[in-house]
Amino acid sequence: MGVEPVYLQSELQGKKLVLSAQGDWVSAHASEIEPQVESILKKRQQAERVEIDASAVKRIDTIGAWLFERLKRNWDKDGTKAAIVGLSPRYKVLLDEVAASNREPPKPQRRETPLADTLAYIGQSAAESWVDLKALVQFLGHVMVAAGRVAVRPWTFRFTSVVNQIDRVGFRAVPIIVLIMFLIGAILAQQGIFHFRRFGADTYVVDMVGILVLREVGVLIVSIMIAGRSGSAYTAELGSMKMREEIDALRVMGFDPVEVLILPRLLALIIAMPLLTFIGSMSGLFGGGLVTWLYGGMPPEVFIERLRDAISRSTFEVGMIKAPFMAFVIGLIACVEGLRVAGSAESLGEHTTASVVKAIFLVIVLDGLFAIFFAGIDM
Amino acid sequence: MALVQETSRPASRQENVISVRNLRVGFGDRDVLKDLDLDLKRGEILGFVGASGSGKSVLARTILGLLPKRAGTIEAFGRDVDKMNEEERQAVERRWGVLFQGGALFSSLTVRQNIQFPLRENLHLSQRLMDEIALAKLEMVGLEAAVGERLPSELSGGMVKRAALARSLALDPEIVFLDEPTSGLDPISAGDFDDLIKALQETLGLTVFMVTHDLDSLHTVCDRVAALSGGKVIAVGPIDSLLESKDPWLQAYFHGKRAHSRFGKKK
Repeated sequence: MGVEPVYLQSELQGKKLVLSAQGDWVSAHASEIEPQVESILKKRQQAERVEIDASAVKRIDTIGAWLFERLKRNWDKDGTKAAIVGLSPRYKVLLDEVAASNREPPKPQRRETPLADTLAYIGQSAAESWVDLKALVQFLGHVMVAAGRVAVRPWTFRFTSVVNQIDRVGFRAVPIIVLIMFLIGAILAQQGIFHFRRFGADTYVVDMVGILVLREVGVLIVSIMIAGRSGSAYTAELGSMKMREEIDALRVMGFDPVEVLILPRLLALIIAMPLLTFIGSMSGLFGGGLVTWLYGGMPPEVFIERLRDAISRSTFEVGMIKAPFMAFVIGLIACVEGLRVAGSAESLGEHTTASVVKAIFLVIVLDGLFAIFFAGIDM
Repeated sequence: MALVQETSRPASRQENVISVRNLRVGFGDRDVLKDLDLDLKRGEILGFVGASGSGKSVLARTILGLLPKRAGTIEAFGRDVDKMNEEERQAVERRWGVLFQGGALFSSLTVRQNIQFPLRENLHLSQRLMDEIALAKLEMVGLEAAVGERLPSELSGGMVKRAALARSLALDPEIVFLDEPTSGLDPISAGDFDDLIKALQETLGLTVFMVTHDLDSLHTVCDRVAALSGGKVIAVGPIDSLLESKDPWLQAYFHGKRAHSRFGKKK
């Protein structure tokens, strides 16, 4: 194209200022027209009368009409008469429509300084974590009441729903849990052999893998996987049900959403988690055993023999006892976050993220507390 | 992008902006639309009626390219949509606006940002101009400027429809598709909305394709009405010609209990 087309020119004719517009004043050219309009406005030419000659304008749309209106208003506000002439009469309605809009000056938006913003954000987060805690405790109470009600009237309990949820969060999670724990067991064993071999302590790899997998890593990894896999799904499900007023629908039909939706989900997680932890731990031991055999050269019989010496039943029990508690925490957080989703898609994403992050954080904190507790009771 | 037409009087409404021929659309082993023909003429408001589930929205969605068709041709602005490349297709899409049944406003953006979204993506405008245009559009659809700073979840049903209409008009389209624009509105709001659509058609020279069940809308704003039944357009023309039709479904639709107060006297 080379030269930018001219859309607006000004010319002072005695006491009259003539602005002649030409071309298509449509949105596609708005980015070129606007600077030309602004540069003419900047000149602040004074005249008794202003005539905006639009006879050479072929087409206008809302944006074009608005730019004419902006020109006109610039002189209007000083009390100078400005008129648009020569525009095809069919555009009159559009011009009138645009002239009626934007009459109120836009409210200036308050802008905070970055420092104030940061401080406000920190303060808000601190206040919110207190709200979070209160919401969690309140929700825990609600769940307990619902559980109590169901315990008194067991026939109202939704077994089908529980079975369905166990299938979703338990059974279908088996392949990924088995795979991940197999790899973790194998990596632990490989690292153990590699480092222990230097001081001739290869055989202790079995102790390490056995205790670590059964006591700590098994339940932790499974918890983290479930928080990411099922906790997030719970939050997203409940959140979108909240957004579409499905939860309100349940409530007005006289059902308690906690009893109908949340109790079965929590229970399913509490049942599925120990099972998954068991399967995961076995898979981890298998991975460890395979690596000690293939990489460390220890025959499987020896591995099993040593494992029997290295671990006691309490090692296994410690891991398994933790599982349902982890499940409860993950489920609780997921459901609380789900029910706190507000109208927007962004809020759904925010709470799903919060659900996973908080669940993993609390699972690790809880694991620490359990470590102290079990050390206290010599388990 | 052309915007205001020469006139919006019926005499000049000859050019077809959308033309559908032998359209077949289906799901699974069921055809919802069978050999459907329909023309949308420039500058008119076409009302589209049919029983629930008869495929009105399916037709609109197929024209918009949201659903695949099994057979037939769709011409937009005189060109076959199948023969367009990606860029041409996008150019056509910028020439129409859509008001979805539920509004489909982006829930994480404010109303003002929703209206500015197509402007921002398609044109290189200054923020000031975009703000002014967004406000002008808001006022055109009868919303206050303050509404612009609210999130869609904070709006009432009628406001959502208006805000969504403002967004669909952001780029000054030539055609707007309205999917049940007055459903869920009280009669006064629905009447206002009809007036608004009529006014916008006259101001901006819009062509309107309106799926509706609202007998009042059909009567007051539509230039022509098309009736869909059994996957085909069984009748199309001014509302009065449909009222006189002998087709049993049309008879039931326009002369049923609900319609009686509106059209019954004409019989």
